[in-house]
Amino acid sequence: MTPGNGAIMAKAQGEQPLGPFNANAFEGPSIRKKREVPDGLWMRCPECESMLYRKVVVENLDICPECSCHFRVNARRRIAQLADPDSFEELFADVAPCDPLDFKWLGQSYADRLRKEQVKTGNTEAVLTGIGYIKGRRAAFGVMDGDFLMGSMGSVLGEKITLLIERATQDKLPLVIVCMSGGARMHEGALSLMQMAKTSAALARFDDAGGLFISLLTDPTTGGTTASFAMLGDVIIAEPGALIGFAGQRVIANTIKAELPEGFQRAEFLLEHGFIDMIVPRKDLRSEIARLIDYTQKN
Amino acid sequence: MAKVGNTNGDSGNHLPFEREIAGLHKQITALEASQVETGRNYFSEIHQLRATYVSLLRTTYQNLTPWQMVQVARHPKRPQSRDYINLIVRDFMELHGDRRFADDKAICCGLGRIGGEKLLLVAQQKGRDTKEKIACNFGCAHPEGYRKALRTMELAQKFGLPVVALIDTAGAYPGIGSEERGVAEAIARNMLEMSRLKTPIVVIVIGEGGSGGALGIGVGDRIAIMEHAYYSVISPEGCASILWRTGEKAADAAEAMRITPRHLKSLDIVDDIVPEPLGGAHRNPAEAANNLERYIVRTLRDLSRKPVDDLTGRRYERWRRMGRFTHITQNAEAQVLAAAPQ
Ligand SMILES: [Zn+2]
Repeated sequence: MTPGNGAIMAKAQGEQPLGPFNANAFEGPSIRKKREVPDGLWMRCPECESMLYRKVVVENLDICPECSCHFRVNARRRIAQLADPDSFEELFADVAPCDPLDFKWLGQSYADRLRKEQVKTGNTEAVLTGIGYIKGRRAAFGVMDGDFLMGSMGSVLGEKITLLIERATQDKLPLVIVCMSGGARMHEGALSLMQMAKTSAALARFDDAGGLFISLLTDPTTGGTTASFAMLGDVIIAEPGALIGFAGQRVIANTIKAELPEGFQRAEFLLEHGFIDMIVPRKDLRSEIARLIDYTQKN
Repeated sequence: MAKVGNTNGDSGNHLPFEREIAGLHKQITALEASQVETGRNYFSEIHQLRATYVSLLRTTYQNLTPWQMVQVARHPKRPQSRDYINLIVRDFMELHGDRRFADDKAICCGLGRIGGEKLLLVAQQKGRDTKEKIACNFGCAHPEGYRKALRTMELAQKFGLPVVALIDTAGAYPGIGSEERGVAEAIARNMLEMSRLKTPIVVIVIGEGGSGGALGIGVGDRIAIMEHAYYSVISPEGCASILWRTGEKAADAAEAMRITPRHLKSLDIVDDIVPEPLGGAHRNPAEAANNLERYIVRTLRDLSRKPVDDLTGRRYERWRRMGRFTHITQNAEAQVLAAAPQ
């Protein structure tokens, strides 16, 4: 059992949801089905409701063999799926969160919540950064972890992404960031907000240095993450069906007091409106990213 | 400080926490009126009441809670960008449109002079009366507003004009068109380009600094906030409805998120705080505008003294420092991993 499954099990057993970063809190269960895979030997696909043998799903890159629904993947598993076997060398793992605002709500504290998330996921924060290979091509990887406070962006996430961009600039490496995020993390207040500017500024320098940035948007990519590095890729790839947007669907529905159109804020919607380059099924990600790297590198 | 003893700026629209202040104001006006009517002299009573009024106003405004700060920042009479333009910008020439889709009136861009200095102004405008509010979409910009801002900032760069950005928005507009036309991309692009724009940028939060919608014109060399404004990652109501499960707890959320100028300065999110007149900018817009003008002139002079070549380098260093975190040892990291489910 991989570390992330603890989170899924806890949720399935009715633990209090994670607040803003829980998919329910963000959009409401009526608007979308959860794409998280419940734990156990067997599972039911949330999309087509087929009963699936879990082992088969895992071997199938966490895609439903019946309807091709792309389930959510935590950061460790994503790296295993994307990078060449054992090629990923983690960097900046020592950058860890603190509770700069001494943030408390309803008898809970952010410091406690952080510890719980760390124990639950086995990661210190909501992103893993490092250098690895993809089909033999060396690249800098940042992979967000939806299991850790819904991949929300606080100081550490912003810092690790920035350090990674700076390393990629220095070492002239292609940069691949796998986005999965509920947005900016409220518990660090405006410090979280400022990470949007910090990461964008680092990307400006990476761009000046001629670096290739491939942004991979997975389900869900929302809020401050979308409105910063996620949408700044030289090439932007999305997984099929991924929710990608700035404002939460419930917020929009409440503002405009109307139903949202079918497929709103899905990868296909963004492709149609010209905001992503392509939709690539998970099985083809490695080869498509490698192809892109080859096209942009000299000789 | 000439108008400190004057209550003329205190004309209605009292906030919920200003009941006592409003009462005193009413008494003073009544006495003044009856002086005129009856010809009797209430000079010493009025003098006394004014002294109480001023001291109460001062203590109240020096000790605003974060939620009260939000209420002041949203006060219907609070000066907006358009008021500051009228009060301190000479020879203003507005530039319209993003050359892509539309002219978004939630962000007003134009050339003008402040204290003799030629510059580009990029200013979020909420609107005063109903008609203007609707035209400005209540200060909630669409992507085209951010793209107009970027277009005009690139114009400023081309002609060596500094940029002054005034922030006052509850946030970018959460609507279908906004998403269809890529508001996230527009905000992200602006932050990236502003970080490397080769001309000085001064940013002042004059009222509400609402999340990404504010930051979309908020990257610069010096970031200031007015004394009774706020800057937040999410609205206090939004945060409360998610974490406290009710928007009613906005005051708690405002407190927890540390959104006041003093907190923001201690977190290095803002560099400077621009003072407001006694009782807030809405009680004396002219004085607020004077303070703002003085800050802009002084800051632009500071920035122009430094070589332009390393302007963007210093700007990068400023933003690079954003955030608070710790470094853990490999040991502690191992402990986290050991505690994780296998
Ligand atoms: Zn299925």
